[in-house]
Amino acid sequence: MSTDTTVEKSGGSGVGPVEDVALYDVDHPAPLIEAPRKRTSKTPRATRGNFEMAAWLFMRLSGVVLVVLVITHLLIQLVLDGGVSKIGFAFVAGRWASPFWQVWDLLMLWLAMLHGANGLRTVINDYAERPNTRLWLKGLLYTATVFTILLGTLVIFTFDPNIR
Amino acid sequence: MPAGTLYRGREGMWSWVAHRVTGVLIFFFLFVHVLDTALVRVSPEAYDDVVATYKTPLVALLEYGLVAAILFHALNGLRVIAVDFWSKGPRYQKQMLWTVVGIWVVLMVGALYPVLGHAVREVFGS
Ligand code: HEM
Ligand code: HEM
Repeated sequence: MSTDTTVEKSGGSGVGPVEDVALYDVDHPAPLIEAPRKRTSKTPRATRGNFEMAAWLFMRLSGVVLVVLVITHLLIQLVLDGGVSKIGFAFVAGRWASPFWQVWDLLMLWLAMLHGANGLRTVINDYAERPNTRLWLKGLLYTATVFTILLGTLVIFTFDPNIR
Repeated sequence: MPAGTLYRGREGMWSWVAHRVTGVLIFFFLFVHVLDTALVRVSPEAYDDVVATYKTPLVALLEYGLVAAILFHALNGLRVIAVDFWSKGPRYQKQMLWTVVGIWVVLMVGALYPVLGHAVREVFGS
């Protein structure tokens, strides 16, 4: 605590030049303002849930893994072995014959969808100001995310090269 | 540009805008992409029909755009991670952004032929 209790004449403190007197002195001490975030006896043990922190960390961890998963995927699909021209049912059948690429695609599906959905949740929080709009947009986002993850997972696990 | 505002209107802000826009675009693409891949559960013909549109020149251009978005988001994402976790990250954020842009330009030039080659051949004849 500073002992200098006179208010500056102008500038800095934001107090204009009118108050040309000391507002506080030894006998009239300034009211004590609690430091922000100071823990008091009334502060609960956990001051916030861990969810936002976990989400923040997840964005970074999944991001690092996605760099490898997605860029390799693009290289395989668009660059190597004739680029897009070779893609077709037979090509997919060949790739999903290997458990390695099944797991690869599964991991890519879950991580990219959860990473993207959490990113969109942030974007909605930033721009949709009316509580109702937020509720609806997030409801739509979560529905689409769950649907896409389930559909993609189902497709990988039930793929049938001899569909006819 | 008002001097003294450290963030607004400068590299940091624009890279954030680009990161956000690319992230949202990739998410929408992924949604459609899982739907089109699901056609392998319908029939080989249904899947091949839809994939045929991926091979048209116009869509090839969109694919090039998607590659551009992914590469920027991925490289800049690594930069964001470095700023957050590397003790010297914040100090070098600007240099890292230009490194990201440099690598991005090189990779985009490298992707020109593989991604757009077939489209050019189709439009301008073998
Ligand atoms: C235009 C570029 C792309 C093409 C041509 C393409 C092509 C394909 C093909 C042929 C498959 C079938 C399985 C396989 O071969 O592995 C597939 C699956 C998949 N791709 Fe892509 N892909 C592209 C971009 C992307 C991007 C940018 C992402 C991620 C953000 C992605 C995520 C996935 C996922 C998650 C699956 C599995 C789908 C499922 O579970 O049903 N793809 N892709
Ligand atoms: C390729 C590797 C990727 C890396 C390294 C990466 C990295 C990151 C990081 C670190 C963030 C957090 C930014 C922040 O908190 O300021 C982020 C945000 C985001 N990412 Fe990714 N990401 C990747 C792939 C993806 C994919 C495939 C999608 C879409 C499905 C996506 C969509 C988003 C979205 C929508 C945001 C929120 C943007 C914002 O809040 O401004 N990202 N990404």
